[in-house]
Amino acid sequence: MRLLYFAWVRQKIGRGEDEIALPSGVRTVSDLVRILSERGPGYADVFSDPVRLRAARNEEHVGFDAQIADTDEIAFFPPVTGG
Amino acid sequence: MRATIRIQMEDFDIGHESDALTAGSNAGALVNFVGLVRDDHALISLTLEHYPGMTEREIGRHVDEAASRWPLTSVTVIHRVGRLVPGDKIVFVGATSSHRQAAFEATEFLMDYLKTRAPFWKSEERADGMSWAEARASDESAAERWTEKS
Repeated sequence: MRLLYFAWVRQKIGRGEDEIALPSGVRTVSDLVRILSERGPGYADVFSDPVRLRAARNEEHVGFDAQIADTDEIAFFPPVTGG
Repeated sequence: MRATIRIQMEDFDIGHESDALTAGSNAGALVNFVGLVRDDHALISLTLEHYPGMTEREIGRHVDEAASRWPLTSVTVIHRVGRLVPGDKIVFVGATSSHRQAAFEATEFLMDYLKTRAPFWKSEERADGMSWAEARASDESAAERWTEKS
């Protein structure tokens, strides 16, 4: 599965994307957030307190209860600030 | 309805975009909104990044929704990315329609949604360093009134 990071999420993690195999038992964005928080210090900083975090699945905004599959592209980012 | 959506580094020309919106549209009203970089608290520059692919889709969905709510003849949305300085143009939203109310409302609707849904992020450069712009609750409530109305 392809993971994308934007703005301070990318900056704290130190990279813009990851390619991971979806572990069994990981069914929702929330599950994914939990396993990513254990991936390293930058990841822990971003994913251990996900209140300010937003997500998209295959280029559409989704809530953290959304179901995910190994073929999905999941993006994590702060609330948007364009315009 | 004719729709143009562009994400670009370079500046845009308001006159050129207005002419393109009205050409052959047989419209009675054209409304343009242009967003500029404000000189906020000694801002040196803004750098805008986005999520290529999702940005165009998200804007496209809202342009379609605007077209289903108002009788529009053409819409243009241009959003710049990269480094911008105070006074630079950031965003252009233009709409044409037979009458002004539809063009005014559609333009405002699209701006409110660009602010709260389109995946752009601003980092701000000041003398003491760089920081990420925070989302504003007022932008969120501006976008929400369009769902209350419908």
